[in-house]
Amino acid sequence: MNNTLKLVLAVGLGILILAAPLLFPTYQTQLAVLWLMVLLALTWDIMGGQMGYNSFGNIVYFGVGMYTTAVVQRGLFFNVEEYTNLAGGTESQLSLLDYLLSLGLGLASGALLCIVLAVVLGAGILGLRGHYFAICTLGLGIAAGEIASGWDYLGAGSGLVTPLFPETFFNRGIFFYYYFLILAAVSFVVLRYLYSERFGLAINAVRDDEDKAESMGLYTTRYKTIAWSVSALFLALAGGAYGNLIGFIDPMDVAFAGPTLGVWMVLMAILGGKGTLWGPVIGATIFHITQELFWTYLLGWQRVALGLLIIIIVVFFPRGILGWIREQWPERFGQRVEGEEQR
Amino acid sequence: MSHLLEVRDAAKSFGGVVANENISIDVPEGKIIGLIGPNGSGKTTLFNSIVGYHPIDSGSIKFSGKELTHLRVPEIARMGLLRTFQQTRIYGGMNCVQNLMISTPTRNESLRAMFRPIPPEVTEQAEELLEFVGLYNKRWLLAGDLSFGQQKLLEFAMALMNRPKLLLLDEPTAGINPTLINGIIDRLKLANAELGITLLVIEHNMRVIMNLAEHIYCLAHGQLLAEGAPEEIQHDQRVIDAYLGAH
Repeated sequence: MNNTLKLVLAVGLGILILAAPLLFPTYQTQLAVLWLMVLLALTWDIMGGQMGYNSFGNIVYFGVGMYTTAVVQRGLFFNVEEYTNLAGGTESQLSLLDYLLSLGLGLASGALLCIVLAVVLGAGILGLRGHYFAICTLGLGIAAGEIASGWDYLGAGSGLVTPLFPETFFNRGIFFYYYFLILAAVSFVVLRYLYSERFGLAINAVRDDEDKAESMGLYTTRYKTIAWSVSALFLALAGGAYGNLIGFIDPMDVAFAGPTLGVWMVLMAILGGKGTLWGPVIGATIFHITQELFWTYLLGWQRVALGLLIIIIVVFFPRGILGWIREQWPERFGQRVEGEEQR
Repeated sequence: MSHLLEVRDAAKSFGGVVANENISIDVPEGKIIGLIGPNGSGKTTLFNSIVGYHPIDSGSIKFSGKELTHLRVPEIARMGLLRTFQQTRIYGGMNCVQNLMISTPTRNESLRAMFRPIPPEVTEQAEELLEFVGLYNKRWLLAGDLSFGQQKLLEFAMALMNRPKLLLLDEPTAGINPTLINGIIDRLKLANAELGITLLVIEHNMRVIMNLAEHIYCLAHGQLLAEGAPEEIQHDQRVIDAYLGAH
């Protein structure tokens, strides 16, 4: 491929991405969720792909971020009881400025809380290795869902309604499309920087041989905690906005959606190729589109088709699409198979 | 006078198996010290005790005058006491240069340094060391794709990258072809003479250890059997018996 063609393709794709919600107004929410999926896969890959710690508990930060944001939004302008009685009625609509302010404040508090949570949880369970860590994080996700469904202040099992999106010249779908697009792009750039420098080498070292890393004096616990906190930060920012996009927080199906989003983030990263930067992006895109097609064309069988897709991913692409490509053409990824000539 | 490493009356048993008993060894700064003994005589157990893999049951281990007995592996490593493994341990999914770049000393590493870019000096130093161990033309290969002998050399280079004060080598020449062994001996001596790294070496190959070490300790059945200069050890009847199976 020559350079002009590449440039034309890149610019075309860029314009398509930027204009997508205006071109396909009916799919705005689905397009916003596409970027959310990319973000979920990217943040999961920090732990599961680059560091070798398969976490099924990342959904906890997503849910905690979502609840914190909603609670802060509610707390700034409403009385809890009155708000619950409104049940999402038009009285819960705020002015644009108030809405953005409360959303911003809510997201910031959610992010902060999740970082603290990641450090505290990390101190407890990042010492576990392999399967033990995976099982433990699985428990975390389930426990968080149970706690949220039993906590009246958060609406318990009947869930929590987020404030209505204000009426203005752009709608909710467009706003959150660009929000998730920017968030995914920012996380991609941040991760690309981190992976290419010392931080990336350190967590790769933990993945390859943690005992060796310790015996070389590396501060493994610190690196692991930071990695989990970075995950938690982006997940909280994503969760807080997702609650507002959906408009209703259900403790089990939306916030701590272990069986859906919680597992999908793992699958998307594996499908694209875990441990690679672009893998999660590619995996999430393919997964999300396929999944939406199943819903549209195989209604009634969509879960079966999804299950089949998962089996196909695990059996035929254990290293993922990018991992498979890398095996075929390692030189394209800066790896060499042959040594250079003797000097 | 205190030595760089002082082990006094170290004892370690696993259940009923006594692995080490009343072992005392001294490693003076700047020397190359050998540790020999038949299989199962407790050499690797002693190494593991020194670097903090398991606590000793009694006795003391001092490094630069500081007691190590209750410190953990990474803390001891950060003091400048490193070990290499009998079965090589390298980061298989990373290339050789990356393996070295992440092996820089971490003493006093600040939180901010974790996010900073890798300075160009580190890359240069990594390539120099790869040249030193003879892996320069393989530097972009994944460490996991190297042969066993090459991995040993890489692990040695990683240890040098960390600039330790004392390096414990567990059978550096096991599984390596005879031509390469001479190269390894030379490099160990060079590292000792030029970089000032004190070495404590476990070795089964008598030709290697007699060539390398200035002072040798011999273990058998978890106890210190003999110590002395290489010539003395070579002619010590107890050592010969231990190796030929008179015990």
